[in-house]
Amino acid sequence: MTLVLAADGRPLKASLNRALRRQKLRALMLIAPLLVFILVSFVMPIADMLFRSVENEIVVETLPRTVATLDGWDSDSGHPPDEDVFTALYFDMVLATEYKTHTRLGSRLNYEMTGVSSLFRKSGRGVGRFDTDTYTDAFQAADPAYADPAQWAAWMADDTVRAALPMTANTYDAWAAMIIEAEEDVPAEEVPWDFVFTSLYLEVIDGAEPPVALDLSGVPLVNLRDQFANVDKDWLDPEVWQTIKIYSPEYTNGYFLNSVDRFKGVEGAEVRPENEQIYITLFIRTMIMSGSIMGMCVLLGYPIAWLLANLPARKANLLMILVLLPFWTSLLVRTSAWKVLLQQQGVINDTLVWYHSTWFGQLLDPVFMGLLNICYAFVNVITWVWNVLNGIWGGTDGLYMEWAVAGFERLALINNQTGTVIAMTHILLPFMILPLFSVMKTIPVSYLRAAKSLGATNWTAFWRVYFPQSVPGIGAGCILVFILSIGYYITPELVGGTKGVFISNRIAYHISSSLNWGLAAALGTILLVIVMGLYWMYDKIVGIDNVKLGG
Amino acid sequence: MKTTMKLMATTCLTLSATLAVADGHMADEMTIVSWGGAYSSSQENAYHIPYAEMTGVTIINDESSAEAVAKLRAMNEAGNVTWDVVDVVASDAIRLCDEGLALEIDFDEQLAPGDDGSTATEDFGDLLVSDCFIPQIVYSTTFGYRTDLVGDTAPTDVCAIFDTETYPGMRSLEKRPINNMEWALLCDGVAKGDVYDVLETEEGQAQAFAKLDTIKDSVIWWSAGADTPQLLADGEVVMGSTYNGRLFSLIEEQDQPVAMLWDAQVFDLDGWIIPAGLTPEREARALDYVRFATDTQRLADQSKYIAYGPARASSAPLVGQHATLGIDMAPHMPTDPANATNTFLYNYTWWADYRDDLDAKFQVWLSQ
Repeated sequence: MTLVLAADGRPLKASLNRALRRQKLRALMLIAPLLVFILVSFVMPIADMLFRSVENEIVVETLPRTVATLDGWDSDSGHPPDEDVFTALYFDMVLATEYKTHTRLGSRLNYEMTGVSSLFRKSGRGVGRFDTDTYTDAFQAADPAYADPAQWAAWMADDTVRAALPMTANTYDAWAAMIIEAEEDVPAEEVPWDFVFTSLYLEVIDGAEPPVALDLSGVPLVNLRDQFANVDKDWLDPEVWQTIKIYSPEYTNGYFLNSVDRFKGVEGAEVRPENEQIYITLFIRTMIMSGSIMGMCVLLGYPIAWLLANLPARKANLLMILVLLPFWTSLLVRTSAWKVLLQQQGVINDTLVWYHSTWFGQLLDPVFMGLLNICYAFVNVITWVWNVLNGIWGGTDGLYMEWAVAGFERLALINNQTGTVIAMTHILLPFMILPLFSVMKTIPVSYLRAAKSLGATNWTAFWRVYFPQSVPGIGAGCILVFILSIGYYITPELVGGTKGVFISNRIAYHISSSLNWGLAAALGTILLVIVMGLYWMYDKIVGIDNVKLGG
Repeated sequence: MKTTMKLMATTCLTLSATLAVADGHMADEMTIVSWGGAYSSSQENAYHIPYAEMTGVTIINDESSAEAVAKLRAMNEAGNVTWDVVDVVASDAIRLCDEGLALEIDFDEQLAPGDDGSTATEDFGDLLVSDCFIPQIVYSTTFGYRTDLVGDTAPTDVCAIFDTETYPGMRSLEKRPINNMEWALLCDGVAKGDVYDVLETEEGQAQAFAKLDTIKDSVIWWSAGADTPQLLADGEVVMGSTYNGRLFSLIEEQDQPVAMLWDAQVFDLDGWIIPAGLTPEREARALDYVRFATDTQRLADQSKYIAYGPARASSAPLVGQHATLGIDMAPHMPTDPANATNTFLYNYTWWADYRDDLDAKFQVWLSQ
């Protein structure tokens, strides 16, 4: 095919692109402020928070020397590490205690292994009382130059001394930085602390040349491993060191493993014991319950939206106000109101008990018993199918909906999954009704009339002509309701009891109570990925263009 | 020209207004965070109002103590701490102190000595569980029961919770392992002194869960202190655990047919921390406030409004009558000898280690 040329001889396609480019740039400039605003105030903070799910810099920042020396220790050996690791730990602990970061690290590692937080807390107090002051005394007794701060500063400024005593130079620098930052003093006016003398001693007995020659033969070696063991014998437990080693890298997948019921062991990911597995169950339960809430909202919301769209304006407006009114009430008030209604001694149960005691109640009871038993049987079939599937997956059982007892006992409508579904459906109904209403409002009335005039029954006209046109509204409402209900945690917390809680309740717990933000971020990331996956699937099946929130 | 002058004038005025700095070495305004409800009003009446009268400082009240730990960490990371004094429970204070988010206090220097001549350290005694935490009140988690729904014999010891034959009906317990595990082991025959050693082992934890399993179906789990009083008043539960001050308010102020079951109550402490990262003026003001609010008379004053025991030993003899009801508060204190025959003190260091692990296991057990 011959190339189509524009008036100036260039290919038409290129010319067109060039012309359009300016328009595209102009459009981009127009939305640039909003884009930047959303990026800065929405995307970046969320990304920063979710990034905590892999961040693990606290270990290597608090115990840098220990982490470096731990590389040489074999985690499978069954013995605690050697003296060089404990020496590094001693230096790191003294510094961390002054910076007050040791307890923070202890809390972080306590999420992985119980007991580490008190270990670090005790050790922080204990390192100040080690017997390493014998080194300081020995050096200062041998030569008064070692007790002169200015002399130390001079030595540490001298490159030959630094080259001869690298470890001491390193500890002196760290000590000086700590003096300036944590104590707000001047290093040149302070005598270095015991740990600096410790590193000097260790280098000298290894053969290095001290700045002032002295005889260290009479000074006994202080075994730091024993010193630590005296503070807490857990320092001799290989498991503690395995945990520190596993969590040394700056970035870790430990949080993600924890959030799918695994943990990071010595050989990689290992499955947690049965009595600690909860997150996968919660994810599945959240999805299923959100699905049921979505289904209930469609069933209940569609007729209301139909009424709103098809009634004359005055009545429709009044109904609209009634739909929006609960929307404007506080969430907690609505949830508490459901508690009053659904309790064992609540309004619904009291009414049922009164009803059972009347003559017409006695008459109609067998009918309702029969209906209830059919529902019960239906639920049982679903439960059986679910349990069979569970058997294939090996998941936990107990996920089926708890049903009220079909008898004359008071119904258990709250503190279980039923309560959560009822309360959440009520709360999320406006989110289904409003998109449906706005879509239905745009469907021309004449289509239904035309269908009927061509001979369709009421049902056929509705199902074949009206319903397909309202599907975009259903799509929009479903997406809204599902995504909102996955993230809810207040209502399930109040009315869900033990079986009706969502994964978001655990995320909220880890954010506010246990402060394990890494795990909360990992759970949140997984939730986000699941939702985006479902959104992608929805797009493939229904098509996102088929979602309308209005005309 | 005119518009420019107007703009410049407005800018100058606004700038000068915002730059109006409180002079002096202490800030003139402070934000105090607490838990809300009757507890916050008792603090207002006993501390905030007298302090504001004495110094002319404006006190802004906030009720976010339930999320204090998370919020303080977020504030600290953002470098913008907006709270001056925060009321937290002791376990939260220990966590905050561990994370470096709370100021370390020199108790003898920065707190007032006791009215009986003791130093602050002697007066508070064992209740100084952390270097950053200034105890204010002793409250306990204890049980209340419906007097009309328990039958003929009123329950006298905590194992009535597990006795569904003598006392049928629903119970309400807190939705966390703390306290529930100890009560379960206590009622399963473990000696009180061995409870924590047993709980450290896998078998001990299994034993506690097994005991709780016997009543699991009749338990409503609460997460807010107001749940159990509401459930008791509605008749939804026959007995339930909650904070003793809530039960006092239910029994005395609202006249419900409920009575206290003090056996095996678990003491816990509630007190002040000062966030780290405050400017010197705000820190000076916060320390001044805390010195005033935790002296002997003030702590005794708070007990006029709410049934929580003062943390200082020197305040106990000063506890008087309720401000509006006129009843003697001493018999309603958790620390009163008649009520404190069998008590636990929340084992802070132990739970600081085991809380994360046991909470995960507890949640799994709950969902089964």
